[in-house]
Amino acid sequence: MEEILVAKGLKKTFTLSRKQQKLEKTNCKTKVAVDDLSFSAYKGEIFGLLGPNGAGKTTTLRMVTTLIRPDSGDAIVDSFSITANPQQVRERIGFLTSELKLEDFFTPNYLFDFFSELYGIDPATRDERKGKLFSRFGIEKFAEVKVANLSTGMKQKVSLAISLVHNPDIIIFDEPTNGLDVLTAKTVTDYLLELRDMGKSIILSTHIFSLVEKVCDRVGVIIDGRMVACDTLENIKNGKSLEDRFFDIYSELKGGNDE
Amino acid sequence: MNKNNILTIVKKEFARFFGDKRLVFTTMIMPGLLIYVIYTFMLGGIRDTFEADKDYRAKVYVQNMPKSVQPMFEGLGMDISNADDTDIESIKSLIENKEVELLVVFPPQFDSAVANYNVADTTQMAPNVLIYSNVANIESDNAEGFVRTMLTSYEETISNKFNINAYTEETANEKFDLATDEDFMGKIFSSMLPFMLLIFLYSGCMAVAPESISGEKERGTIATLLVTPMSRSHLAFGKIISLSFIALISGLSSFLGVMLSLPEFIGSEIEGLSTNIYTTSDYLLILGIILSTVLILISLISIISAYAKTVKEATTLVLPLMIVIMMVGLTSMIGGGEPQTSLSWYLIPVYNSVQAMTGIFSFNYSLINVGITIVVNIIYAGAFSYVLAKMFNSEKIMFSK
Repeated sequence: MEEILVAKGLKKTFTLSRKQQKLEKTNCKTKVAVDDLSFSAYKGEIFGLLGPNGAGKTTTLRMVTTLIRPDSGDAIVDSFSITANPQQVRERIGFLTSELKLEDFFTPNYLFDFFSELYGIDPATRDERKGKLFSRFGIEKFAEVKVANLSTGMKQKVSLAISLVHNPDIIIFDEPTNGLDVLTAKTVTDYLLELRDMGKSIILSTHIFSLVEKVCDRVGVIIDGRMVACDTLENIKNGKSLEDRFFDIYSELKGGNDE
Repeated sequence: MNKNNILTIVKKEFARFFGDKRLVFTTMIMPGLLIYVIYTFMLGGIRDTFEADKDYRAKVYVQNMPKSVQPMFEGLGMDISNADDTDIESIKSLIENKEVELLVVFPPQFDSAVANYNVADTTQMAPNVLIYSNVANIESDNAEGFVRTMLTSYEETISNKFNINAYTEETANEKFDLATDEDFMGKIFSSMLPFMLLIFLYSGCMAVAPESISGEKERGTIATLLVTPMSRSHLAFGKIISLSFIALISGLSSFLGVMLSLPEFIGSEIEGLSTNIYTTSDYLLILGIILSTVLILISLISIISAYAKTVKEATTLVLPLMIVIMMVGLTSMIGGGEPQTSLSWYLIPVYNSVQAMTGIFSFNYSLINVGITIVVNIIYAGAFSYVLAKMFNSEKIMFSK
């Protein structure tokens, strides 16, 4: 299988403010969010990064999408380095995360056109894509309503459509169903599978076992910034449910102590 | 896909700004309108309160009216009454009650007392005229001024040794103040306008840049832009160009408000107050300076806004810069409106703008200095844009919480 994303020894350390130090009950001024993380994702598969809150999933995805730079290590996205060629990486990926917000003042229609222009999409292609995506997610009904007046689910659908304006081959979703009602969550999950069927490569981070079991081909388990297991879903599960296996791995690592 | 996205950003910023009617009103129309209304009506109103009614005839009581000054009194256009047989105290209370404006008490035989008075004789007291008025009554205060001036000039004529610029047949058409109207206007404009322009432009910049940069950062919308392949410098340039344009219009709106209410502001006594004394090329040079200055101010405020975590923090952080800019603006009022001539002064951004504008408004400028000002400002703005682009690229600045 062809590797579409190869992460090699990614490391990211954050400086803690005094307030954060108190919250985390530590005297250490820095926190290693991602520690020597390596994994590969293959073309045409859905790769899931599974881990509890604060494990380093989002930080990993922020590095891979070039929003932040790793302290050391690198990742090669479709043969471009995130550190040496961030611009080329950005051209090739679509990124959906709650951190990326849409301007309240504008309508989904305007924002789709605006981002298409930023990616240099010609108007004919843009309109065709917009028509497809808007009808797929039912955005047409609120295409001219300002983002400020949309519900969380509607906003997520618009964000999803906008992350795909340039029809990227690699799509990275950070907790894509977080905060969504069951119907919208299902729309998103179904679309992930559709994207894979279209031959796209998808990397998603989540802490929801059922989502991983439903859509992922391969899984990487991250705990405390380290990749503790990475294999196909079946191999990871090893005959058990994913949830049971996750807790096995977690106990092995933490010696049976939760904290 | 390395296309130029500056225009895309400019279009989006304009769509954001001009699409919001409330924002357009509060940033562009309201400042000018407010200044015009405040200056015109408030200052006009204040002046009306402190200025006497021109048609009003003051009621003046005079005791022991001397023959020598009687014709002059009659020429004042006041209602003069003889108070020889009236009780002074009762007139004073009338003045106190604002029913009568003035009481003038001359010593008996004033004319002969004046004629017999010898300045050199220190044992003798000069005849003393008593004028009672009420300063809280504008008409009374005004009448007091007229009578005092009239008597002072009478005193000057009776002890006349020489005149200055006296009106005679030979000097009838002579002009003694050789300043042209243009010089006079130039002096007023050159000391006031650079300061005002700078302050209004700065307020215009303050009204738009923190919202557009810190605001986007605070709301998380700038991250959405940063994940696209758009070059950071295009984002910086696009922001600076569009915000400069909006700030410029906002600043000019305030300035227009001032210019329209200027006659009221300076005082209608100055006749012929007009901005017609400047030529089109003067205005074009001013416009060039204004444009380049706005670019500098916007890029500076943008850097501060990019550094700030919230709009609130940004608006607080830009205040010290405003004080510095105001101090620099005040230099137009120092030095009697004479601009700096040495070229090196024109390498200092903002200060060079003030000096160049002072020069143009007072018809005393060198084209080289004005040109240097514009070029220097644009270079600085370019350098600041580069810094802003670097800041957009810095995760510590853009994603610090």
